[in-house]
Order: sequence, then C-alpha cells, then structure tokens
Amino acid sequence: MDPELSAVRLSVQEAVHVLSSSEDGGHILSTLGSLKRYLGETENPALPQEQEEFARIHFSTCLRCLVGRLSPRWLGLLPGGQLEELCASFFLKGPADQAFLVLMECIEDAAGPSFRLMKTARLLARFLSAGRMAAVLEGQCQRQAEPAFPLLQETLLARVVGLPDRLGNRLQRENLAEFLPQNYFPLLGEEVLRALQVVVDSLRGGSDCAMSFLSQVLGKACVLGRQKETLRALVPRLTALTQGNGLWQRVCWRLVECVPDRAMEAVLTGLLEAALGPQVLSRLLGNLVTKSKKARFVMTRKLLFLRFDCTTPMLQSLLGYLAEDSQRRPLLVQALKELLETWGSSSAVRHTPLAQQRHISKAVLICLAHLQAAELQDCRAELLASLMAGVQTHLDSSLPPVRRLGMVVAEVASARLHPEGPPLRFQYEEDELTSEMRGLATPRPVADRPSEAGLSVAPISGDTPDNGTVGSDGPQARPGGSDSELDSDDELVPCDMSGDTELKSSKAPAYVRDCVEALTASEDWERWEAALRALEGLIFRSPAATREVSVELAKVLLHLEEKTGVAGFEGLRQRALVAVTVTDPARVAAYLTAQFYALNYSLRQRMDILDVLTLAAEELSRPGRLRRAQQSSPAPGPRPGSAAAPAWRAVVEERLRSKTRRLSKGCAGQGPAAVPNEFSAVAGCFFFPLIQRFDKPLVTFDLLGDDQLVLGRLAHTLGALMYLAVNTSVAVPMGKALLEFVWALRFHGDTCVRRGLLSAVSAVLLSVPAERLLEDLPDELLEARSWLADVAEKDPDEDCRLLAVKALLLLEKLRDKLLPPSST
Amino acid sequence: MADPPLPPPDPQFVLRGTQSAVHALHFCEEAQGQGHPLLLSGSLRGLVHIWSLQTRRVVATLDGHGGQCVTWLQTLPQGPQLLSQGRDLKLCLWDLAEGRNTIMDSVHLESVGFCRGSILAGGQPRWLLAVPGNGSDEVQILEMPSKTSVCSLKPEAGARPGMPMCLQLWQADSSPRPLLLAGYEDGSVALWDVSAQKVCSRIACHTEPVMGLDVDSQKARGISGSAEKALAVWSVDERQTLQVRRTHQLTNPGIADIKIRPDRKILATAGWDHRVRVFLWKTMKPLAVLTFHSSTVHCVAFAANSLLAAGSGDHRISIWSLYPRT
Repeated sequence: MDPELSAVRLSVQEAVHVLSSSEDGGHILSTLGSLKRYLGETENPALPQEQEEFARIHFSTCLRCLVGRLSPRWLGLLPGGQLEELCASFFLKGPADQAFLVLMECIEDAAGPSFRLMKTARLLARFLSAGRMAAVLEGQCQRQAEPAFPLLQETLLARVVGLPDRLGNRLQRENLAEFLPQNYFPLLGEEVLRALQVVVDSLRGGSDCAMSFLSQVLGKACVLGRQKETLRALVPRLTALTQGNGLWQRVCWRLVECVPDRAMEAVLTGLLEAALGPQVLSRLLGNLVTKSKKARFVMTRKLLFLRFDCTTPMLQSLLGYLAEDSQRRPLLVQALKELLETWGSSSAVRHTPLAQQRHISKAVLICLAHLQAAELQDCRAELLASLMAGVQTHLDSSLPPVRRLGMVVAEVASARLHPEGPPLRFQYEEDELTSEMRGLATPRPVADRPSEAGLSVAPISGDTPDNGTVGSDGPQARPGGSDSELDSDDELVPCDMSGDTELKSSKAPAYVRDCVEALTASEDWERWEAALRALEGLIFRSPAATREVSVELAKVLLHLEEKTGVAGFEGLRQRALVAVTVTDPARVAAYLTAQFYALNYSLRQRMDILDVLTLAAEELSRPGRLRRAQQSSPAPGPRPGSAAAPAWRAVVEERLRSKTRRLSKGCAGQGPAAVPNEFSAVAGCFFFPLIQRFDKPLVTFDLLGDDQLVLGRLAHTLGALMYLAVNTSVAVPMGKALLEFVWALRFHGDTCVRRGLLSAVSAVLLSVPAERLLEDLPDELLEARSWLADVAEKDPDEDCRLLAVKALLLLEKLRDKLLPPSST
Repeated sequence: MADPPLPPPDPQFVLRGTQSAVHALHFCEEAQGQGHPLLLSGSLRGLVHIWSLQTRRVVATLDGHGGQCVTWLQTLPQGPQLLSQGRDLKLCLWDLAEGRNTIMDSVHLESVGFCRGSILAGGQPRWLLAVPGNGSDEVQILEMPSKTSVCSLKPEAGARPGMPMCLQLWQADSSPRPLLLAGYEDGSVALWDVSAQKVCSRIACHTEPVMGLDVDSQKARGISGSAEKALAVWSVDERQTLQVRRTHQLTNPGIADIKIRPDRKILATAGWDHRVRVFLWKTMKPLAVLTFHSSTVHCVAFAANSLLAAGSGDHRISIWSLYPRT
C-alpha cells in the first residue's frame, strides 16, 4: 500500500479516536484543525493525493463521528459556539454527496426528538440554503470517469427527492419551513438549473458530463406529483436560456430524453402545463417524440385520447409542438386520423364520459387548424369516411350535448376537408363551448412566415377605417332624415309596443264542436288559428260539451299539423290536448295510450303523447284543482283572452274584504279544503297500457331497437306517472310493474334510457308505501339495490351515477324508517 | 337602453253616455278661462254633447242635425260660436255664449260625402270656410259669416281625383295667400291656391282614399293617412310644390283621423284597428300604441293643454295625458 495513503489512514484513525473520546476542548480543536488540512482549505493543505484519499474513504467516517458527538455538553467545551461552527464547516465544505448522506442518515436513525436531531436538521437546512444541493447534483454529473456506483446513486436519488417526506416523518410538528414540499421543490428546481449551468460550462470546456442523474431527479419529483413546484422554477429560466442557444437546447433535450420511461408522462405533462406555447415546447423537447418510444406514446396517444383533464391550452401546445417540425408532422396527421376514428366510433360515443368526448373533439379541431390543405388532401377520403360515421353516431345520440358536439365538429371539419363544397350548417344554440370550439378551429398565423402574416393583415386594417367613414357618412347624407333643425330637445321615451299586433278579423268559435269543425275542415286559416287559440279556454269552460267529443277532439289535435306559421303552435296544441285529457281522463288516456303503440305515427307524435299524459297527470293530481275550476266555470262573462279580468276580480274582492266587518273570524282563514286526488281513479288507465307493450316491435316503431330516444322518454314518463300516483291504492301494482320494466332494461346501452330508468326507480321508492315495498317487493328491491350500487360506481355518465346515488340514498332512508337505528 | 320599455299607458279617464258612436271631437277653451277646457263630441245619432272636463259630465246637449251623424265640430276663435257639420247636409253655427245654445245660422251643403269642412280664421270678423261643393269633386270656399261663395275649386279637365275626402285651409307663414290642402278619393293630396283657383301641386301619396290629414304650418310639412297600411309625410316648398318626404308602415290598415298636437311635438292617429297611435312628429318615431277601445276609433283631438281625446264606435271617449309639456 502506498505509504502516504496509510499515513492518512493513521492520522484519521487517531483523530477519530480523539474526537469520540476526548473531553478537552483545545485537543479537539487542534485535531479538527489537522483534519481540515485534508479539505484543502487551510494555509498549508495536504497533498492533493492525500486529499482525494481522505475525501473518498475517510470523510464520511469523520462526519459520522462528529454527528455522533453533537450534544450540548460537547458543544459547550469551547466557548462562543466555535465547535459548532467548525463542525458545520466540515459539512458545508467537504464532498457534498457524502455530507448529505450522513446528515440524512443521522436524521433518519434518530430514535425520537432530541437535541442532536434538531441540530442535524438545522445543519441540513444550512446545507440547503448554502446551495450545496447543486453540488450534490453536479457531483453525480461529473462522476463520468469512474464507473457510477448504482446503489449509491439510487440511495442519493431517493434521499434527494424524498427529503420532504422523510424530514416530515421524522420531525413531525418540529419540521422546518425549508423542508416543506412547497418550498423544497422550487429550490430543487433551481438547483437542477444550477447543475445544468455547470454541465453547460463544462461542455463548453470540452469535458463530458452525464445527465442521467439530473433527469432521474426531475422524473422522480414529477412522479411524486410535484411537477408544478419543480418546473415552475425551472421552465421559465430554461425558456429564456434556450432562446437562440443551441448548446442549451441540446442539454435540455438530453435532460428530457434521459428521463426514465416510467416518469416520462409526469414530466411531459408538467412541461406542457408550464411551457408557454408550441415554440417553447419545441425548444425544450426537440424531436423527443421521434426518438423516445415512450414519449411518443404519451404525446400522441395518452394525452390526446385518455388524459381528458388536460386543459385546452395544453392541448394546443402539444399539437402545436407536433406541427412545428417537418419530422413531427406525419405524427400529427396520424394523430388526426386516429382521433377522428375514435371520435366516430359508436362504442366510444356510447361508453365514454362526455368530458372525454369533448377533449377528443377539441383535439380534432386543433389538429385540423394546424394541418395544411395539401396534407389534408392526401388522406381526405379516409378522414371523410370516419367523419361521416362520427356525425351519424353523434346525431343519433340521445344526449343533446353529444349531438351538439357532433354538429360543431362536423361543420368545422367538413369546411376544412371539403372547402370547395357548400358549407354544412346545423341549427344549434350557441353557447360558450361551441364558440370556444369554433375558435379553436381557426388556423393561427404560421409563425415562421411573419412577414406574410403582416402583409395580409395590413390591407384589412386599411380597409376598416374606410368602411367606417362610409358608415358614418350614411346618416348625414340620408335624404329626408331629420330636418335641418337638429336641436335634440327632450327625446320622448317610447312605451312598450309589443301589444301592437295584427288585428284578427274573423271571430273565434264559441263552442268546442265548432272548434273541431274549424280545425278539421276549415280552409280559412285565420279561423283555424283562432279556433286553436280559443280551444283550451273553451274546454275548461264547458267540460260537459267537451266530454261528448273528447276522443274525437284528441284525435284531431294529435294529427294536427302546423300548416301556417302560427306562433306558439306546439304549445297551443299541447295545452289543448292536456285540457282534453284532464276533462275526460279515462277515455282520452285510453285513446292516447293505444295510439302510442299504433302504426303510422311519427316519433314526434309519440313523444307528444307521452308529454301530454305526463302533464295531464300532473294537472289531475294537483290538490285544489277542482275548486279552482268550479270557481272559474260559472263566470262566463270574462273572455279567456282578456287577461285583465282576474286582476279586476281580485281588486273587487280585496275591496269587499276591507269594507266588510266580520264579527268573528270563522273558518275564513282556513287553507284549501281537502279534495280527493282525481288522478287516483285513472292512474291505471294512464300507466298500464303504456308499460304493457314496450317489447313488441312494430314495423314502424321498435322501442328496443332504433327508437331508444322514445324509450328513454317512456321511462321518464312512467317514472313521472308513478311519482304522481303517490298515496293512491294503485301505486303498489304500478311500482311492481315498473320495477319489472326497469329490471328488463337495466343494461340498456343508451344513457338517456338509463337516466329514465333510474328516475323511475326513485319514483317507485318515493311513491309506494315503505311497508308495502318490503312486504310485496323484497326481491325486486334487493336486485335494484345491487344494480344501483353498480351504476353508481361504474356508469360512464355522470348524471346516471348521480341519479343512482340519489336512489340509493332513498333506499337507505327507507331502511332507517322501517328499522329504528338502535336495533340495527 | 337597458331599462325595460315603459308599460303602455292607460286612459286618464273615459267619458261614457253618448249612447252612439262618436264621430267628431273638438276641444274648446272655456270662456271663463278656468283652465279646464270643454270637450265637444258629435255622435252618430246627430247629437252634440258638451262635456266639462272638470266634472266629467255632459254640460249641454245640442240637437240640430235631425238624427243624422255629426261629422265635424269647430269653434271660432272670436267668440263662443260653434260650427257643426252633419250628414243632414247642414252646417250649423251655434251661439254658445252665456249658456245659450241656439242655432244662429246654417249653411246648406251640397255633398253627401263624409268630407269634413275646414276654416281659416285669424281673429278677424270675416273668415273663410271650405266645404265639399256641388259637383262630386268640387270644393266650395265661402266667406263667412256673410255666406258669400268665394269660389268653387274644380280639378282641371283631365284629372279625375274623385271626391274630396278631407280638407285643410291654411296660410303659410311666408305668404298671406290662403291655401287649401285637399285629400282625394284616389289617394292623392292636392295643394290649392284659393285666390288663383288653381292646383299648385298634387302628389299621389296613397293608393286608397285619403281619410285624414293635418299640416304643421310652421315647418310647411303635413301628414296624411288613408285606408291603406301607411302614413305619408310630405312637405311644401317655397314654390308651393308638394313632395313626399317619407312613408311610415303600420301594423293594421285604416286611419280615420290624424291630428298634430298644437306644440308640434307629437301626433296621434285614429285607427280602424281600434288603436290610437302616437308618433314623434319630428322623426315619426312610434311612441305609443293606445289600446282601449273595442271598436273603430273615428276621431282624435288635442287640447291646448296637451290632453288627447279619442272617440270611437264603442260609444266611449277616452282622454289621455301623454308626454305632457314641460
């Protein structure tokens, strides 16, 4: 063995012995001083060879020994905290990785809160604030010469990234602010940046560096979910540094490339979040997506298809990044193809949550905005095919948001894919989402041709003022406007003139029979319209006359078509039908329910039937309806058209009341008198014919097949009828039938149907008395319960889950009602 | 304009009791000058009612037209004298001074049409009266109270404008020559120079008979309404030529009467659609649609204190206070 090196060992052994046993302050001081020679900080340092030997082998032994001696008594051996300062200098000056490891080791090994633990923690905090973490990282970067010791690196990595957790566990409430994750990770980010700076400098100097440790640190921090804190410090600086600096860019690319696969997604998501725009991302990542398989998977599949929590700006940066470089553009085209395919797949439309569909639609639109016409032309047939399939499936959906999504994407995509054809236009209500999505689709000016963009903008901006002046000239030049006197004296405020409508000359029919005749035979459209408008009032005023022709009238109304542009036609017709049904419930309901399953009706008519039945049931079951109807019926004076009549009556009654002196307050103050629920008697006529035949398909009407929209509406209607039949004797058989209906359809693929079924279950739970439920339907309840639990957990649709949870809560309540909590 | 529009106004009060359709209305300042004008109304049954707007009751009833419809009422500026025109082919001059109500004089009319007369009286004892004349398309100008016929205005040979439907004598501020505006059955409005007995200008404003017109002598602008769905605003320039300035479309056809308020701020039309429409006169901006009557509104009138009265076929007279003068 080399004599010098053995000399080092001997002196270190001696020093350690002294340090661990001596109680003499001066002796310790001198021993430490002699050790310090090996750190090369004193005026007569040891030989470089000796220094290296000490740093490599003996340094951590000394540090452990020092840490072991930390106690108030020992530190008090010399006055003025000299010993403490001296100890600290060892940790702060010597090789950083060893110092760090010793400190961490000591902290983790501590049995409980103690003086030593606190001292060490303070020391670690000093270590961090002195920027020694950068030294730890740099040390790992430059350890290229000797083969890396993987175990050590892994230990170091775990300590560096896990520091906040470990310190938090150990120190509990005594934890220092520096070790909290929200403070530590930004620091770590800065230290990584500093290490990168050293790497760049040494690369400039011509020496090699390994960056894998830095990448691992970054990756691990991101996997722990600390992307935001870490990258917040790192990315803006990197953005600035990579601007026009090739070396920095390459270092950056390397940094991301070396990130382990399992951390790639976390790092990329963090970068996407933190980076501003595709250009920056392009500088930071380079062609990572073509080099790393994992990165390509994350960027072209996972983030585009599955991670629908990504915000729109992130999506824009990602796709913009793909579009930035010619090597990456094929990936963009590929992504668009796959996106459109997924967008159009009927299974995806049916089984994925709405948020994900929205995400994919946005991605499609952004892709379209980035691609040039020529690129689209190459794969137009393929794209069009999936687009058409997708539009079809979206428009078939029973959920309005999905339909609207389909319309927006179809409009935009067809305009891009088929610019020469006539533009596709759908009618949908504008809202925030649709305008946002259409905004995504407008191609942004290409950044590498700023001069052209400037040119194309300039003439437009030149034109606008011209238009403006033309517009402002208009009123001045307008002939016969206001006269020469332009004194704007008190401008009189106009009143509401909405009542100024065309005067109808023909008189409205005065009898229900006349209405029927006018609606069927009349060619006089004014009379037809007047009859339609008068009908509801007539029916309520003369129920007896209505009953004579009720079914005929219902038939006429059901087949009525809007031939002239009568405002509010649908509402008038519906109200009239409801009025007829309420006036003669049994017969009209029998007719309507029979027609629901008859041939030769449109879906619209069938849905109208369902709506009318629901509304009529609601009207019938409303308490106090009868009395109100009787009050208004014997007064033929006020026409239904004159809205002033009720107000006038109220005023007169009020005046009567105020002028009348009552000697005793009798029953005047009572609430509405109790009246029988009229729906009770006819609930069965509404309900059972509807539920009986849903599984028998007709030629034109197949509820279990294509007409699922009506099926969903039917389920809702049945639920509503069930709910309105509360407190009636027929509720129990109705509930039983409805639960069977639900059971038969519980795995239906359409969201709308499932929603209807879930609300129907809730209606059963609300309407059927609890005792009867348990007595008569225990099995059905159990089955329903397990199904509900399943839906609440797994259904892709949020509303379905919500409804299922509500129904489960109702079940819980039911149980609580039957079994007092004490006995359970 | 975030505020919701004002609700349509209600009548200030309603006068009932004519027991037949109201065809003529006229406000007259009470001689005693208590600030409450009288309202005169002429009914289909030939009665003229004098209403006090203070008590809102009938003060007097004049029966001078033998049960025939009273179509026009006008008081003279120089004294409590009333002109009433009826379809019994008589124009009566009533003396209303000191509670009297006697017919002082009457003029026999030749025309059986609905054309209302017009006067031009500047406070002098002698005044001009224009009434539909002998032939079906003539207008007769009389000097009153002497009842001497000044002239008869007959359209030139080629023109066939039909019967005169409404007349308005006026004097432009610029010249002392009396002028006559006449609306004819063919929808045209003609400007006559009365002293020269010739048509200065004639324009076809409407395709249906002109039912009512009024003129703003200060601005030399006028407005006419007809049986069709539009109002026409026209002006008279220095060379006495009529020129259509604009037309205004209405919701429902048929205008029975038009009056510009004396302060020339707003104007009101009486509509066959039971509604009274109020416009800003300067710009023809619609201001309000007054819906109260349940039958054709035959006549409107403005008082000097800016009250508006409307008489209708439903036997009622509604009184409105709109945009009072500030």
